[in-house]
Amino acid sequence: MKDINEDIAWAKINTDVLKSLENPRKLYWVILAVAIAMIAVAVGCETYQYQMGMGVANMNNPHVWGLYIATFIFWIGMSHSGTLLSAILHLMHADWRKPIYRFAEAMTTFSLMTAGLFVMVHLGRLWQFYYSLPYPNERGLWPNFQSPLLWDAMAIFTYLSSSILFLYVGMIPDLAICRDNIHSGWRKKLYTALSLGWEGTDRQWRNFRVTYLTIACFLIPLAVSVHSIVASDFAMSQQPGWHVTSFPPYFVAGALYSGCAAIITLFIILRYVFRFEEYMTLSILKKTVRLTFAISMVWTYLNAVEFASVWYSHDVASKAVLIQKATGTYAPFWWMMIFCGSVVPLILAFKRFQTNIPVLLAVSLLLNLGMWLERWMIVAPTYSHGYYPWTWDHDQWPSFVQWGIVFGSFGWFTLLFMLFCKIFPSVSMYEVKEMVYHRTLAKKNLGSAKGAH
Amino acid sequence: MSQRHMLALFNNFEEAEAVVRELRGASIKGFNADSDMVVKSPIEHPEVEEFLGEKPVYVQWFTLGGALMGGLLGFFLISGAQANFFAQVKGGKPIVPFPPNFVLTYEMFILGGVFVSILGFLICAGLPAKRSPLYSAKVSEDQISILVKSDDSAAGELKAIFTKHQAVEIQEEAGK
Repeated sequence: MKDINEDIAWAKINTDVLKSLENPRKLYWVILAVAIAMIAVAVGCETYQYQMGMGVANMNNPHVWGLYIATFIFWIGMSHSGTLLSAILHLMHADWRKPIYRFAEAMTTFSLMTAGLFVMVHLGRLWQFYYSLPYPNERGLWPNFQSPLLWDAMAIFTYLSSSILFLYVGMIPDLAICRDNIHSGWRKKLYTALSLGWEGTDRQWRNFRVTYLTIACFLIPLAVSVHSIVASDFAMSQQPGWHVTSFPPYFVAGALYSGCAAIITLFIILRYVFRFEEYMTLSILKKTVRLTFAISMVWTYLNAVEFASVWYSHDVASKAVLIQKATGTYAPFWWMMIFCGSVVPLILAFKRFQTNIPVLLAVSLLLNLGMWLERWMIVAPTYSHGYYPWTWDHDQWPSFVQWGIVFGSFGWFTLLFMLFCKIFPSVSMYEVKEMVYHRTLAKKNLGSAKGAH
Repeated sequence: MSQRHMLALFNNFEEAEAVVRELRGASIKGFNADSDMVVKSPIEHPEVEEFLGEKPVYVQWFTLGGALMGGLLGFFLISGAQANFFAQVKGGKPIVPFPPNFVLTYEMFILGGVFVSILGFLICAGLPAKRSPLYSAKVSEDQISILVKSDDSAAGELKAIFTKHQAVEIQEEAGK
């Protein structure tokens, strides 16, 4: 099984990928319609919440952070594997990433955009979103620069803007291909403007290579810092169950895990919808699956570390929260999290399932369900079973408003992502050509094959 | 003397390489191989650097400058805001605490580095640029092109070299 067929003609690569901008399968439109319907639900819920106040979300004392914050962490986490695939694997010269890194980067950008929305939704007072930004105190807000919540705003802004630039810079040679092959209409104007007059000169390629590598080097520690800071939102507080040293690596592992699972889901969907069978090959899927399995085991281990450190710390309140998670109101969800996050991925260890598309689609969705539950199980049980018994509230349940907005966020992400894939090439044409070229060289004798396109 | 631009397209990278080597080796009057020749290719060929001769890249300096500027700006922005905090009761804690400030400084360090790297890339790569009149869309597909600028007197010799190495197409723009 090959990552890519070395005999594929370069012109065909252009034709196939450009076709995806015009002619997807019908399923594409179905997905788009469902996404829009989901967004409509969220907009309805948000409008209602905006008019009536946060009470309709059923968030109260002690449940001051609800599904919004849990889902915010989920979307931030989802963004991490784009960086993993494009930056880390780029530095490691893993060229199998080339046909799939573009959509993973787009996933990073759009999941960050979705996460950002939750900060505002959670604030309630949308017009005062700037309260969360780290700016000096001219307006008398006295922002607390020592608060991880404020670090969060800055980290997410940095990550989002850097990811957009990384995505865009990596796309410039492909935008030039689009410009050269599309001859009229708004697309021609768009690609002409965005390709910045790229012609593939030696000077452009030389500077492009260094820039791409440099940004990749910046993005890796940035991605780690973003989720460590999100983890600090919890770990730096004194709440039982949150004040755990292993939270930052636990969050980063969880982020990579959910992102990899999402990449599998989107890989399967894009492969079918845009007829990318020749580029998103089963061999590449297998490698992605193995990577996901490895990360799932790291996550499982860190989960065990977290439970063990709570258990052996003899901190009565934290231990009570852990017991409450496993036996109380949230027990079905907590055990579901363990099942989806640690047991289901064991299927990925079996060779015959590593390329079984229906099984992988189901597994990847279950993994992400598990990862979403993980975030919820971090937020809700701690609030329901705090330090003081008179604050305990085990029966709180998010209202339909919260569920509706969370539901709609998936539609919002899907809409942005699918529109991106229809407007911009979701497979990197020039990098697939490079992959084919280098594999041809490797296959044949270097001397005799040099220069063969 | 008026100058002429010529673009030759090649199907084969090996042929393009041979042309570049020959042009660099030959001393053609009215044509300087170091400054008057540009290779355009659909992918990044690391070999191009070998036969064109190594040329410096300055993007890293932009990166370094941007990152340092970003970090310093971040730190002084926060410290400047915190310096006003002496109006508040600090309970003996430092007005400008370094460990928590490191986080925002770090984020700004990266932000500055990334933004200025992009700026450096645009400047160093000469982007945005007007499309040159001698350009073939085939370059973004599968062909390699060599663009040369020379005096009129050198054009014949250059064309002969291109033809000898099986150029699939030669475009000319005369009289500049």
